[in-house]
Amino acid sequence: MNTSELKRLARRSQGPAAGAAAARFLERASAAGLVDVAYGFADSPFGPLLVAMSKRGVVRLAYPNEAADEVLDDLASQVSPRVLESLGATDQVRRELDEYFEGRRRSFSVPADFALSRGFSRRILERTARIPFGDVATYAQMAEAAGSPRAARAAGNALGSNPIPIVVPCHRVVHSDGGLGGYTGGSERKVVLLRLEGALDEGAARPRSPGGPRH
Amino acid sequence: MIPPFQTFLDEYREAVYRYLVATVGPTEAEDCFQDTFLAALRAYPKLRHGSNLKSWVLTIATRKAIDAGRRAARRPTSIPDVESVSDPAAGAEPDPVDPADPLWEAVRGLPPRQRAAVVHRFVLDRSYVEVAEAMGTTEETARQNVHLGLKKLREEVTSHEHE
Repeated sequence: MNTSELKRLARRSQGPAAGAAAARFLERASAAGLVDVAYGFADSPFGPLLVAMSKRGVVRLAYPNEAADEVLDDLASQVSPRVLESLGATDQVRRELDEYFEGRRRSFSVPADFALSRGFSRRILERTARIPFGDVATYAQMAEAAGSPRAARAAGNALGSNPIPIVVPCHRVVHSDGGLGGYTGGSERKVVLLRLEGALDEGAARPRSPGGPRH
Repeated sequence: MIPPFQTFLDEYREAVYRYLVATVGPTEAEDCFQDTFLAALRAYPKLRHGSNLKSWVLTIATRKAIDAGRRAARRPTSIPDVESVSDPAAGAEPDPVDPADPLWEAVRGLPPRQRAAVVHRFVLDRSYVEVAEAMGTTEETARQNVHLGLKKLREEVTSHEHE
């Protein structure tokens, strides 16, 4: 016997067994309530979306242009390092996103967790979450609703760093002059989402009746 | 910075599994693997920094393996492990390691501390400093455990070959 014999045996012990053990570990960790942030990927017209659930709700949604590693590092340092990938824990939100993109869902039943936002930004995002499907509001209206009527630009910045796009519909906030305004990862996404919701006519560059009553 | 637990799990699950299969065998390895990573997950938010996570998790695994070794020693060996026989999932996958391999059996027959030291040194390819750290001993004791373990293995395997 020599020691290389031990190493040869060790190499043979690799393979699917550790992966299967890790999958069972995830089940036990979830059952024990030890997963603080569960994440998964949902299909979308923009590519795979990373969606993360805290124990309170959807805490993060990231478009494919954001590096998943950085998004997860961020969650680990700002929410909890107990971050695990879980199909089960993200099943409902992924299904609701599917339905939304297929035009079969107008609102999300999964609550939003605003843990990554503070102060003024958080107030703006909480208000934004209430803009109904098919409607739009202006940056100035959002600023006013958050108690700072002159802070339209700051409202724009808060919406630009929305950690939960789509679920918190920052795409429904536009300029008072009818311009669409910016959007995370490009305004084409904003156009796609507003068209999907019927808030923007086919071919139109401007939303119908920004902020005003519709119908 | 502490990496997301998923990153930590992906990075070290093979090393932990390999270590456990070598020390406690494929049947016990499964339970020890769960115990090791559950203990790590519980303690994880209390970690101050993310350096030396490999040593940290292998230290936990070493403790779990030695505990399992003590449990097994208290069990009568002639009675098969009921759980492993009745668990349908256990039979679903072919064993990645041939548990009947005489060298493997000899490794598992070593006293727990010699076995842990030998596996850390040669299966996981770790330095004596790291072996000592994982086992909470001096480097000298780590060398001694490895030396005694290897000596015993050579005797075992040689006597097998002459049978």
